[in-house]
Amino acid sequence: MEKGRTRVDLFEYQARDLFAKHGVPVLAGEVIDTPEAAREATERLGGRSVVKAQVKVGGRGKAGGVKLAATPDEAVARATDILGMDIKGHTVHKVMIAETAPEIAEEYYVSYLLDRTNRTFLAMASVAGGMDIEEVAATTPEKLAKVPVDANEGVSIEKAREIVAQAKFPAEVAEQVAEVMVTLWKTFVAEDALLVEVNPLAKVADGRVIALDGKVSLDDNADFRQPGHEELVDKAAANPLEAAAKEKHLNYVKLEGEVGIIGNGAGLVMSTLDVVAYAGEKHGGVKPANFLDIGGGASAEVMANGLEIILGDPDVKSVFVNVFGGITACDEVAKGIVQALQLLKDKGEDVSKPLVVRLDGNNAELGRKILSDANHPLVQRVDTMDGAADKAAELAAAK
Amino acid sequence: MAIFLTKDSKVIVQGMTGSTGMKHTRLMLGDGTNIVGGVNPRKAGTSVDFDGHEVPVFGSVAEAMEKTGADVTVVFVPPAFSKAAVVEAIDAGIGLAVVITEGIAVHDSAAFWAYAKAKGNKTRIIGPNCPGLITPGQSNAGIIPGDITKPGRIGLVSKSGTLTYQMMYELRDLGFSSCVGIGGDPIIGTTHIDALKAFQDDPDTDLIVMIGEIGGDAEERAADFIKEHVTKPVVGYVAGFTAPEGKTMGHAGAIVSGSSGTAQAKKEALEAAGVKVGKTPSETARLARAALAG
Repeated sequence: MEKGRTRVDLFEYQARDLFAKHGVPVLAGEVIDTPEAAREATERLGGRSVVKAQVKVGGRGKAGGVKLAATPDEAVARATDILGMDIKGHTVHKVMIAETAPEIAEEYYVSYLLDRTNRTFLAMASVAGGMDIEEVAATTPEKLAKVPVDANEGVSIEKAREIVAQAKFPAEVAEQVAEVMVTLWKTFVAEDALLVEVNPLAKVADGRVIALDGKVSLDDNADFRQPGHEELVDKAAANPLEAAAKEKHLNYVKLEGEVGIIGNGAGLVMSTLDVVAYAGEKHGGVKPANFLDIGGGASAEVMANGLEIILGDPDVKSVFVNVFGGITACDEVAKGIVQALQLLKDKGEDVSKPLVVRLDGNNAELGRKILSDANHPLVQRVDTMDGAADKAAELAAAK
Repeated sequence: MAIFLTKDSKVIVQGMTGSTGMKHTRLMLGDGTNIVGGVNPRKAGTSVDFDGHEVPVFGSVAEAMEKTGADVTVVFVPPAFSKAAVVEAIDAGIGLAVVITEGIAVHDSAAFWAYAKAKGNKTRIIGPNCPGLITPGQSNAGIIPGDITKPGRIGLVSKSGTLTYQMMYELRDLGFSSCVGIGGDPIIGTTHIDALKAFQDDPDTDLIVMIGEIGGDAEERAADFIKEHVTKPVVGYVAGFTAPEGKTMGHAGAIVSGSSGTAQAKKEALEAAGVKVGKTPSETARLARAALAG
């Protein structure tokens, strides 16, 4: 739950497509979502294929999510097995039908990512690929080269050779890997990625170096110049409430508890989750039901949208609106609450969950007065954060 | 004294003529900020009237500096144009650039940070995605409400905007020397450590309150710095104890930071450095009161 930012993690097939677009060597492959489609896809690849489950979790090979198919019929059978499979809690909705790799001689690891600590980008490379890179970093850190990359200088072929030399790649693949480092950097920059990772980068029997599997995470702050990224978002996987919130441009995350939370500013909302969880310890262990940041300068409409999402969550037993008005004016928040309750009532929805509201800061007195004047039977004002959290937890526990 | 910003600071606003820029320029003027100009190449030579106070608009940061002696810029430029705006400020050699804009792409903030570094870090950058900083009673560069608190002897540094306001409010009767919102983006200019160092050296600050959040290892690094270099009392708060694990992919980030980035890990690191850490904002405020008393 990084503040005010969403990273979009891609499926393997999407990563493969982006790699191919920028010249990183990959095997042919296409994604399908019905078993029958595996036949034609395999025929297009010459009659043999690898059927690979598309899930955003590691260890799918061990779980039986990657199978070789020697004929188109076999591909259909394997796709039938794998589609719908559960891998570590992820249901497989899509499989990639990929070209079968020539025999693998060696497996390497390469990536680019953001190094927050040093406020720069970082290249990582290792000849010990194919396994969990975290394991490599922990047990044999000398096998993982980490080379800072200046955002403005980028990765030229000379820089790439330096990375490859530091990671001690064998001489016969060094130049090929350096070229991969250049094209992978192009992918990283051109796609506004936060992470591009190839694991394994394989040396195959005929001597070629090919990206066999990869991960890409994109920065959705760059959507304004990345029109193609919108369609890479996996809308099917999102929780329906999260999807509805995203539609309304709300920063919402569904959680496990009973107290609905609305606040302004990611830090304050995170802090509100903590305070409610602590208060809940005294009230039968109730917990926050969600994270929802309505942001700075939120209007009555934004408030109403947020409240509608939260009241629509069947897990929510009470709601805590915690606003410290900086840019956000508390009278706008108060108006939003009153409007949202009316709107939901007009829609014929069941509005029976109690709301606890704490308003401080910009126009707090005005906001509190609006709530008092509206005198809504479900709305209670508590003017401290701790007191309001306690009240909201108590109301959730009583339901 | 205060840190980074005083009554003598001459402030310009990049993006002043936009609606957000207009709104906050008016508020900053109301807080006593000496705003000497705005920057907008398309409106150069005009001026904007803020309740009888005429603020000239210049074509570039360099021109504004030359004509007014400005030493601080506050950036309200939209995300798509922020990189160019910050690079322009760095090129002009202004001392402090406060980048308020939210939603800047990481590749852009990485680029302007690398650029500032290549130019010898002559321009201090605060932000992006931050509320700016305020020295109560003297000057306000950003969007922190000026009427929450008064001048005092507590220094505040925080990743989060609204938690900054909350903490200022909790301790409003005591007042603050300066409050700095450094922002929560993955790449930021001024860090907790930079602010801690400045508060340690500031004769008008007796106590430092530091607010962090889950993610990254800035708090752990700040703890190391405090252990070595800070003799003033420090009180801390970290938000996100009960936040769920982010849905991140791969563990490459954890390898780099070398820390899990949890609130608990941050709290423990800070406590090991002698920092008293509150579980909630109100408890943190109580700890700060106690530390200041004695």
